[in-house]
Amino acid sequence: MPRAATVLRLAAFALLVSFLVAPQRFAPLFAPLTQYGAPPIYDQGNLLTLALAQLGTVCVAAAASSLVAVGLGILVTRPSGARFLPLSRTLVNIGQTFPPVAVLAVAVPLVGFGERPTLIALFAYGLLPIFENTLVGLRTVPPAVLEAASGMGMSARQRLLTVELPLAAPLILEGIRLSLVLNVGTATIGSTVAAKGLGEVIIAGLLSSNTAFILQGGLVTGLMAILLYDFLAALERRMLRHVTLD
Amino acid sequence: MIEVENLTKRYGETTVVDRVSFTVERGSIAVIVGTSGSGKSTLLRMINRLVEPTSGRVLIDGRDTRGDPAHLLRRRIGYVIQGYGLFPHRTVAQNIATVPRLLGWDARRIEARVRELLEVFSLDPASYADALPHQLSGGQQQRVGVARALAAEPAVLLMDEPFGALDPIIRTKAQDDLRGIQQRFGTTVLLVTHDMDEAFRLGDRVAVMSAGQLLQYDRPAALLTRPAAEFVSRMTGLADRALRLLSLVTAGEAALPGPSDGPAVAPTISLREALSELLWSGADSARVVDADGTVRGRLTVATILARGRP
Repeated sequence: MPRAATVLRLAAFALLVSFLVAPQRFAPLFAPLTQYGAPPIYDQGNLLTLALAQLGTVCVAAAASSLVAVGLGILVTRPSGARFLPLSRTLVNIGQTFPPVAVLAVAVPLVGFGERPTLIALFAYGLLPIFENTLVGLRTVPPAVLEAASGMGMSARQRLLTVELPLAAPLILEGIRLSLVLNVGTATIGSTVAAKGLGEVIIAGLLSSNTAFILQGGLVTGLMAILLYDFLAALERRMLRHVTLD
Repeated sequence: MIEVENLTKRYGETTVVDRVSFTVERGSIAVIVGTSGSGKSTLLRMINRLVEPTSGRVLIDGRDTRGDPAHLLRRRIGYVIQGYGLFPHRTVAQNIATVPRLLGWDARRIEARVRELLEVFSLDPASYADALPHQLSGGQQQRVGVARALAAEPAVLLMDEPFGALDPIIRTKAQDDLRGIQQRFGTTVLLVTHDMDEAFRLGDRVAVMSAGQLLQYDRPAALLTRPAAEFVSRMTGLADRALRLLSLVTAGEAALPGPSDGPAVAPTISLREALSELLWSGADSARVVDADGTVRGRLTVATILARGRP
């Protein structure tokens, strides 16, 4: 079965790449979805450039969310930082519950149009899964292991870096993966404030009632999210071959 | 050598350890026994400063333990806990190498030491050095835990219920192994347990604790013959104290010159086991015979019984 799954993934990846590189070849497929001779393939920009721009925005936002969320997670699990837990949790929860569109609306007057408001929205939206997973990961390190680490003479810093973080890594990486995938989809809204991305294609489709455009933007985004999820999962398994938890 | 002087720990109004003083001689095993909540683990954890004492002091080989930062002190003291706390993401060899690496030993020296310890603990380096802890049996994990604690050749080894998670047969074996290893490396061992049998088996001296106080610190036989408090006799058990006393003396120590046509027993077994053998075989005396066949003397029932009285 894993073999069949791999074949399917490779096929999906090949499909995505060939569509992004030469979308015109797929024109006959999309033609039935257009009316009055409208173009079946998005023609106001390069699809590959847009897809890569979106992916880039998502990765930058995820890097920032990971840094902040893991940092907060570490802080509130230290004895000296425990009192910041309720505050951190509230902040992170607001980031997730405040709709990204509303974040854009608030951010544009402050930082202007373009990538920046989108990065802020995605950053805030992506904090929660990473933060919560970091907390669970650090809190579920067995007490005997922590006691042994201190008892051997590790400093607090050595214990964190060589014992706690490696043991929490599977959960932290899972949080980062979740956050990334959520944001690949969410990033399309960035196009409402002039960030480059596939949202542009969807919006163009909505404005001109061109179902083919809407479908292209949506399918490429969806396929990217799925493939990214699988790719990161495989990467995690490779990285964590040595961390086996019973 | 561990010298504990007036060691006290208070949490608010509660005194968990109350002015405890005792000395563990270099190269001996001292066992602290007590019921749960007696303060025995807190006492042990104050020695490597996982718990900071409220007052009093601890000297290890004459040096005050407060002289160094706590984590540097702990690198000089072996520590084994119940459940062992092996690092699940590190191999057996990496686990054992933990303290030498913290101390900055060079790679060759670490490798040699890890190999030596694996052999001492009967773990074949070829099959176990690169194994992960979850691939080991409980008894093997326990041995890795002790090997890790001894890796940097500490003069002192602290053990908190180190055999608690083992089944009885493996536990007895692990206790014997600890004795052998302690003698081989000349380590001073301080062990905490709630199991009186374990204390009698291992301890050169036994400390009995109750409600934060050290009631008696003495040789095992003295706990039976001259208990300092009623609680001590309750802990050691009144009903079988004579048999316990017999279990502290070996056949070799009690044997007297003379012939015997009774069963042969090894000089290393306890009088309790020798008596059981005599009861079982119906003989009046046993021959004490070395492993190489030399007769060391005889043990009569009367000789044995005389040893079971204070």
